Amino acid sequence: MSRSFVKKSLAELPSSGIRRFFDLASTMRGVISLGVGEPDFATPWHIREAGVYSLEKGYTNYTANCGLAELRREISRYLRQNFQLDYDYDREILVTVGASEAIDLALRSVLEAGDEVIIPEPCFVSYKPCTVMAGGAFKTVSTREADHFKLKPQDLARAVTDRSKVLLLSYPNNPTGTIMTTSELLQLARIVEQHDLLVIADEIYSELTYEGEHVSFASLPGMKERTVLINGFSKSFAMTGWRIGYAAAPGEIIAAMTKIHQYTIMCAPIAGQMAAVEALKNGTGEIEKMKAEYSRRRGLIVNGLRQIGLPCFEPRGAFYAFPSIKETGMSSREFCEKLLQEEKVAVVPGDAFGRCGEGYIRCSYASSVEQISEALERMGKFVQRHAGKGAKAPTSTIPFAEIAR
Amino acid sequence: MESIKLKLLQALEQNHRITGKTLATMFNVTEDEILKNIKELEDAKVILGYVTLIDWEKTGHKDNVTAVIDVKVTPQRDVGFDVIAERISRFPEVKGVYLMSGGYDLSVMVEGSSLKQVAFFVSEKLATLENVQSTATHFVLKKYKQNGIIFDEDKKDHRLVISP
Repeated sequence: MSRSFVKKSLAELPSSGIRRFFDLASTMRGVISLGVGEPDFATPWHIREAGVYSLEKGYTNYTANCGLAELRREISRYLRQNFQLDYDYDREILVTVGASEAIDLALRSVLEAGDEVIIPEPCFVSYKPCTVMAGGAFKTVSTREADHFKLKPQDLARAVTDRSKVLLLSYPNNPTGTIMTTSELLQLARIVEQHDLLVIADEIYSELTYEGEHVSFASLPGMKERTVLINGFSKSFAMTGWRIGYAAAPGEIIAAMTKIHQYTIMCAPIAGQMAAVEALKNGTGEIEKMKAEYSRRRGLIVNGLRQIGLPCFEPRGAFYAFPSIKETGMSSREFCEKLLQEEKVAVVPGDAFGRCGEGYIRCSYASSVEQISEALERMGKFVQRHAGKGAKAPTSTIPFAEIAR
Repeated sequence: MESIKLKLLQALEQNHRITGKTLATMFNVTEDEILKNIKELEDAKVILGYVTLIDWEKTGHKDNVTAVIDVKVTPQRDVGFDVIAERISRFPEVKGVYLMSGGYDLSVMVEGSSLKQVAFFVSEKLATLENVQSTATHFVLKKYKQNGIIFDEDKKDHRLVISP
């Protein structure tokens, strides 16, 4: 056998479980998908138009590594206006290729070999692999449906070791849709301070908070100097494909992140940055419209899931419902696979977001009311057909690899 | 207005074909309550009707002509423009009537089966009304967007079937 040139640690890193499920779903016809992690709206026209205009005007060049000054100024203003946060656009903000890059940069900038990152689960699929690729180790903390999947201070305290360096928070949460209130976050902040941790706060869904206001972790007393705030334009402004995100953090960390960014990425694409300026300047009205529509669909899907017999706690943010499928007796993978094959509805198995997501499925409501209604109809039939079978699941044919410690 | 009514209006404005059952699930009330509230909104003439937007050009069956007519009128004592506007509104050929600011008073949208028919309506019916001082007829050549809907917009979902 010929020599493998891929480095061992990477060869061992499993690719995303979602990806494999995607391969199956995308070969089938007539599938209604509630498995999509992005808005179904196109980017509002005035923002697209700003991108087009930038091309027409010949803005096809590099920008400063840390992003257009005008964009960083707008981000700074936005953070002040919405979260009472004061970031210097010149030293404390970095524009990245989506929030995903910012997460990677933040981890790579702070982790020494063996440093631990505490990751509450269920969570977005990239946190653990990015931690591993940055040379760190992760320590997951399970959250429970009974607690609405919120991170409990006692669970956090138990997870801290003397190798702990980072706590990765993500609220509103993908996949559960849970949010955290100020008082809940304050309890976490106390532990963070006590153990001298850095918080990477992925707040990409902040604009999609349906009840109450989003509280940015960095805005809590004493937390700004130990927080890397990550946000972006993908979810709030329906701009996923533009790939524009940002990090706001103390100057020292931003400088370190910018170093990696300048040698690997150079800068985020200019058309996207110019569109993002327009989004921040004039996009509030569109956000409100999209949010109102999401909120209606949220009611439809949550109540609908409950009606067909899948208990579902009420998500207060993002655009996901995370119902329990435990009563069907199936594993989440089996449920999703069978649902796809029998009723052609694609949802994502909860264990793709961490072991404690087993027994749940993620249903995105970034789909039209008609699609959601039809999906609920089909799921209802499916649940009824399989009700009370409770038989133990045969092993799945699709491997959803859990990243081992 | 009660919040359920407001919520219903916001949902129906986007899509009036959304079923009572779906709305009931959405707002977590009974279907009867949904239907009762819609009926009340209809009775109060808050909901005025439900329209189907058709691109007749694609059917080849019907080739209607639409014109926008600027109308100058003499307002009447006590009732201003209302009586004349209502009078114009009653003609079935008239699809829309708006009181305007600026160089003329009423903007009247007229639909007819031919250019000739519309011209005839303007000269015989509209221009001859008492209090109408003058008319200027503009024929619509092509429709790109109506009632917020773009004709021939690509509505295909370009997203991946599953993404994180």
